[in-house]
Amino acid sequence: MALITRRNLMKTAAAGLTLPALARSGLAAEPLKVGFVYLGAIGDYGWTWSHEQGRKALDAALKGQVVTSYVENVKEDASAVPVMKDLAQQGNKLIFTTSYGYMDQTLEAAKQFPAVKWEHCTGYKRADNVGTYNSRFYQGRAVTGTIAGMMSKSGVIGFVGSFKIPEVVMGVNAFTLAAQAVNPKITTKLVMIDTWFDPAKEAAAAETLANLGCDVIAQHVDSPAVLQVCEKRKIYGFGYGADMSRFAPKAHLTASLDLWGPYYIERAKAMLDGSWKSDDIWWGFKEGLLGMAPYSKTVPDNVRAAADKIVADTKAGTYEVFTGPISDQTGKERVAKGQRMPDKELLVMDWYVKGIQS
Amino acid sequence: MNLAFFIDALITVVGVTTPILLAATGELVVEKSGVLNLGLEGMMLIGAVTGFAVTLNYGPDLGDWAPWFGVLAAALAGAASSMLFAVLVLTLGSNQVATGLALAIFGIGLSSLIGAGYVGMIVPSFDSVFPDRLASDPLWRVVFSYSPLVYFALIMVFAVGWFLNRTRAGLILRAVGENDLSAHSIGYPVIAIRYAAIAFGGALAGIGGAYFSMVITPMWAEQMTAGRGWIALALVVFSGWRAGRLLAGAYFFGVLMTLELYAKASGFSFLPSQFWAAMPYIAAVVALAVISAREVAGSEAPACLGRPFLPNS
Repeated sequence: MALITRRNLMKTAAAGLTLPALARSGLAAEPLKVGFVYLGAIGDYGWTWSHEQGRKALDAALKGQVVTSYVENVKEDASAVPVMKDLAQQGNKLIFTTSYGYMDQTLEAAKQFPAVKWEHCTGYKRADNVGTYNSRFYQGRAVTGTIAGMMSKSGVIGFVGSFKIPEVVMGVNAFTLAAQAVNPKITTKLVMIDTWFDPAKEAAAAETLANLGCDVIAQHVDSPAVLQVCEKRKIYGFGYGADMSRFAPKAHLTASLDLWGPYYIERAKAMLDGSWKSDDIWWGFKEGLLGMAPYSKTVPDNVRAAADKIVADTKAGTYEVFTGPISDQTGKERVAKGQRMPDKELLVMDWYVKGIQS
Repeated sequence: MNLAFFIDALITVVGVTTPILLAATGELVVEKSGVLNLGLEGMMLIGAVTGFAVTLNYGPDLGDWAPWFGVLAAALAGAASSMLFAVLVLTLGSNQVATGLALAIFGIGLSSLIGAGYVGMIVPSFDSVFPDRLASDPLWRVVFSYSPLVYFALIMVFAVGWFLNRTRAGLILRAVGENDLSAHSIGYPVIAIRYAAIAFGGALAGIGGAYFSMVITPMWAEQMTAGRGWIALALVVFSGWRAGRLLAGAYFFGVLMTLELYAKASGFSFLPSQFWAAMPYIAAVVALAVISAREVAGSEAPACLGRPFLPNS
């Protein structure tokens, strides 16, 4: 009930946004309408928040040429389809569906609105009017892993994950490999909690890791619960996707930031000049899709320098965390010395590197 | 493996268990009065968001008292939402299962709506009730280091056990749940007693919810109870409607969940993680099977559970 009410409210809000645009349309060409479908609340200081920042960046960069609107709290089930169709009916010509779970729904809506261009975040199914886009989140993990490796006194670091899917496996592997590069003795204790969102279980997992001697804990789950536990236990943690220092001012060392703005701007420009084509991009630091939050005061200069170097070398293309030799948990060599793992292997990664306890 | 290790683990267990115990204790009283309120999840969420919002908004004025005020507000909000259910099932005689489920869904939606503006904020939590010397003592912290709500939950489960089994009022409440018509015919106000029981259940569910938003993680996030209301409901059945078993069952669940996390973090990968996640449920099934093998199935449930009481129709 509440969902429908909120959706209607959003519609009204969106209609309100378009009014001034209509009034202006006599003066300039009709602006491009761009819609966004969000998984969570725009104030979640995580996944949805970062997409909302991207939308705002698009608004600012192409002022007068685009009109954007969004619908938040859209479930990853069949109810997402009518939301997408609504956006299309309201005249949006470019629609970003910003969660993996919207994959089939996006394709379904796209089939019914072939003139609308759709962009699905982190998916892999495409069509003539559906493109996909993703971020090399693991590059940010290499930075936080470097910091964790240098800041950990116990040599044991923790990771609270959700499910054993390539996205999460890449993250914990990159985090561990980068930490081992600065301290070969590092081991990572990994807890997969089998859910994306359960703050109480996330907190219990972080407590458990702290009890087992982890003094830096990273997370790939949806709430800042892990950081709050780190704060309470006087150990360190990282934000993920957005700066989460507000939740843990002392524990929060930095965060890898998802910056979707550059992509949204480029795609809207492509729509405006008619060059939009369905594509599949996987961008990272170099293209501006990732960034780092400010380091906290606790991070010493040499650690900052090392972290900055990872970012700079990643941008320059001279550093890639998945460069051999890499062995798996059983000690078997998976990537030969000097080799870089190809993207198609990264995207299906289902094994943990040596030094991860899970 | 030393003493400190076990104390740390036990503290985690207590944190995991307390909100479930609070909600289940309230539901026990409701069910003993003959009413099945499936809306725990919704009431917990309403309590969670209310407790958080009140603590946040009045925090600057109330200082150290703000969390207490927040918990009180959470209890009142939980009770108020349960009254919606009570009017429908008691006064209007609607189906308890359907109405309870509606309350759960309503609570999820309403709490999301109220909480929309509070996402991303944090509140100060309770100070320790005991002096720091005790709360951070390497040994005694196992008893003294918790939030006040932990002690409150333990007191409530004992108080409810005592009330139901040792007091006259408790006897009347049980009589209403076992045979509403007889209780009515000898002059007990069945409907009024059930209203009171439902309000009590709502209040404890609200406090249980506040434990999430004010103690475990002092923040608000949509649906942050993540299904604990349903587990609390199952726990009441699992306990055979007895306070002592309810306490044991809640801690059993807490121990299993914590064990799962320890097993994963320690690298016991000989069992798949899905097995550990399923453990509490497997254990519940086994326990239920044992209980029903020992006693005639259903004999422990209040006889009027879930049945509408409409003496004038």
